Amino acid sequence: MNTRAKQVRDKVVPDTEKRKSAGAVNDFVIRFANVNGTGSASANNLFAKAVFRMGIPVSPKNIFPSNIQGLPTWFEVRVSEKGYLGRRGGVDMLVAVNPQSQQQDLESLESGGYFFYDSTKPLSPALQRPDINYIGVPLTRICLDEYSDPRQRQLFRNVIYIGALAALLAIEFDVLKVLVGEQFKGKEKLIAPNMHALELGFQYTREHFDCPLAIRVERRDLVGDRILLEGNDALALGAIYGGATVAAWYPITPSTSVVDAFDKYARRLRIDPGSGDRKYAIAQAEDELAAIGIAIGAAWNGARAFTATSGPGVSLMSEFIGLAYFAEVPVVLFDIQRSGPSTGMPTRTQQSDIFAAAYASHGDTRHVLLFPSTPRECFDMAALSFDLADRLQTPIIVLSDLDLGMNDNLSAPLAWDDGRVYDRGKVFNQVQLEAMTERYGRYLDVDGDGICYRTYPGTHAEKGAYFTRGTSRDEYAIYTEDGDAYVRNMDRLLLKWETARTLVPAPELRDCGHKTSAGVIFFGSSAAACDEALELLADENLHLNSLRLRSFPFSDEVPAFIGRHEKVFVVEQNRDGQMRKLLIAECEIDPRQLLSVRHYNGMPITARNICRQIRQELGGAKVTRIDRKAVSKGYSERT
Amino acid sequence: MSYIRPHFRHPEQPVNDLGYTRRHYEGSLSTLCAGCGHDSVSAAIIQACFELSLPPHKIAKLSGIGCSSKTPTYFLGKSHGFNSVHGRMPSVATGANLANREMIYIGISGDGDTASIGLGQFAHVIRRGLNMLYLVANNGCYGLTKGQDSATADRGSVSRKGVPNPFEAIDLCTMALQTGASFVARGFSGDKAQLEPLIKAALCHKGFAFIDVISPCVTFNNTSRSSMGYEFVRDHIDATGKMDFVPLRQEISANYEPGSSQEITLHDGSVIHLYKKNGALHQHDRNQAIRNLQTHREQEQILTGLLYLDPDHCEFHDTLGTVKQPLRDLGEGDLCPGSRALEAINASLR
Repeated sequence: MNTRAKQVRDKVVPDTEKRKSAGAVNDFVIRFANVNGTGSASANNLFAKAVFRMGIPVSPKNIFPSNIQGLPTWFEVRVSEKGYLGRRGGVDMLVAVNPQSQQQDLESLESGGYFFYDSTKPLSPALQRPDINYIGVPLTRICLDEYSDPRQRQLFRNVIYIGALAALLAIEFDVLKVLVGEQFKGKEKLIAPNMHALELGFQYTREHFDCPLAIRVERRDLVGDRILLEGNDALALGAIYGGATVAAWYPITPSTSVVDAFDKYARRLRIDPGSGDRKYAIAQAEDELAAIGIAIGAAWNGARAFTATSGPGVSLMSEFIGLAYFAEVPVVLFDIQRSGPSTGMPTRTQQSDIFAAAYASHGDTRHVLLFPSTPRECFDMAALSFDLADRLQTPIIVLSDLDLGMNDNLSAPLAWDDGRVYDRGKVFNQVQLEAMTERYGRYLDVDGDGICYRTYPGTHAEKGAYFTRGTSRDEYAIYTEDGDAYVRNMDRLLLKWETARTLVPAPELRDCGHKTSAGVIFFGSSAAACDEALELLADENLHLNSLRLRSFPFSDEVPAFIGRHEKVFVVEQNRDGQMRKLLIAECEIDPRQLLSVRHYNGMPITARNICRQIRQELGGAKVTRIDRKAVSKGYSERT
Repeated sequence: MSYIRPHFRHPEQPVNDLGYTRRHYEGSLSTLCAGCGHDSVSAAIIQACFELSLPPHKIAKLSGIGCSSKTPTYFLGKSHGFNSVHGRMPSVATGANLANREMIYIGISGDGDTASIGLGQFAHVIRRGLNMLYLVANNGCYGLTKGQDSATADRGSVSRKGVPNPFEAIDLCTMALQTGASFVARGFSGDKAQLEPLIKAALCHKGFAFIDVISPCVTFNNTSRSSMGYEFVRDHIDATGKMDFVPLRQEISANYEPGSSQEITLHDGSVIHLYKKNGALHQHDRNQAIRNLQTHREQEQILTGLLYLDPDHCEFHDTLGTVKQPLRDLGEGDLCPGSRALEAINASLR
């Protein structure tokens, strides 16, 4: 070890030894603070993927600004041997390489945590905290010494800190090597320089610090056959497998990548081998109104069609959603929710479009909603949504969000049954129309389930034509302002809603194995944090049964679950407790029975937050057959 | 027009190549005001489809909201129709066309539906080059809400309300030309002889065909001081020239003096014969077409007829490179890549 290195080591290591180390093996949160537009994302992904490849459950989250270049952006990775994939809250190691946000970053660090910084320039005295450990690596100086091209200096600076982290956290260098090889497949020239940059960081850090640190990774076999996939990619694949041929959209964060991914996969999987022609069409519309209009037009004409959008788009699409509901056109809408209202925080997550989606449009309307909580479920529900839309002849809205949609989520692998046949619903074909002796009625409820038979345009020369309209009509699709005919139609739509209730995915119920009068209801991307919170609370002897909603309309199991408990917490990521209110309204629940656990600052909900809110409530009131001591203990532990 | 249609028809009505009479192309009874120009437009569409021997069930009619958008009920009763939301017919037509490229799409709209609430969708469906006939029945006012001026009403034009319109008019043909329409024409509901061949040519055109039909509102905008009343239009109309439309396979029997007419062959092989009125024809020159409209406007003249045609224009499916088969006819075998492909995707995500 050279003299300068020894000086650095003398300066840093004793500090580290003095202070309590945060985290442990395979159980910590690391946050990268970067400047957006500097190529940090691929380096950070390399880190997350390396941990994943070492068989350790990992949950990376991108916290990015609504900006192209120059503003702070963060990448938070939770490493959890126990397999907790939600956000935990708090940071054990900060890779504080963005001077703009260093002050704020410093404050987010847990006591005993590690502050990794670029030590080319001395750290400002304002950034001193006595309870944390500092690790300075002169990233900029290494780059200046090594590279002459400014762009390379910037890009490789990111790779160098990954090399440093590999030394500090005991990431297997061979794993990184393989990943770099995969990343630059086809651009082999780039492999050697990237490996060199990794080594620069790795060597420097090994020489100057006691490696590895107390927080570190160790190879495990805990990932199994799981995959790392963004929810939006999974939705797109579900649309491909589900037979969607027309995608119409208008760019909006965080839904844009749904259609980008649909395009990407369709170019691989949906090209006619003979002609090279495309077995799909993507229309980038002039706005969201046109986007859903195109999807509705295509679906009306017999294609499986979808649009993807976020809250502002749902607002714009509402009139058309009402038309599709009333005129009974099957259409699929993927709503990747973000923080509203208005433009809100466009790059932050929320679950706040529940009302906007459930009752979109004026008049009496109700729409089928699906709530996926993992990429696997995004895939399954996307494919299912086309069957449901065709079967129910109504809009199906899949409510995902930015957290699930735009982050790599650890997920069960995607699966498809090759024997599966698309359910195209009730459609009369040419032969059926030819054989028909009675008059065809588009809105005749022949089967008594509220769902009528439709025909595709162009099916039969003489029979089956009808006029689709947003105005009131009779059973034969003839315009009418007759009140009785209107009521018959509206009541039939309600009957169809009851049919929908029996067809949508059932909720997932979990019995905690203890006698308890408390339950919790959650859905979508809150699931991972809720699962963790339930385990943490159980450790404190606070036991709750749980129900994960997967769809609306609510099946009968939902009010039954609520009825079995004295108190039911509804966990959701919005200010107004929209799901709680939907449950109260739709299941006619006594509002006092449903307690709200809410989180709405735009960051994904954490298990700590859920535990705190539930503890507060359960600690303050008597809950049957729950150990009072444990309740008090839990309540006193503020997190 | 509300009237009782007689059930009796002449037993020897002419039939077309498909063996259908004109009646086969009719729709329900019109509920528009007696004398409404829109009924003449419907009649012209019926006649054009009948004469072209188009199978009615292979046509889809789409519309938005307004008097004009009600008319698809009154023609082609054997065709599927879609009365969508106000100003949004172009998007619904786009989707319908994407699903099945083999059908003929007729979009009917009005000046409120197209020039105000639907101006954006109008511009963008043209940009896409959707293969459709987009026909605006243009009367310069909102009929269903009792006669407010629309965005196509000329400045100074006076409707039944009696107040001169203070705002500049949007000229839909000019806009269609500027945004890239490959077929642009203007007709007058009172000139059947001109309108029918225009509609026929537009229906045979592969690409976006736009016809702006001046169709006076007899109830709210047919005053002596309105620039969209029958009287004014008749007095100020000027046609680009006479036009014959000869569908494919029909022998050309008429005699044309050499140099007096210009022939334009459409994608399906049918031919348009244009007779020069004054001087050279400029139907292939977009800029000239825009200038012609402008010049006539300055002289308070309404230029009608075929204004512009590019028979080789690309349509939306060509741009997208979609398969020749209708997308809606593709099944699992074509669309679903299967479990093996999915296993490979899973492997790439580990």
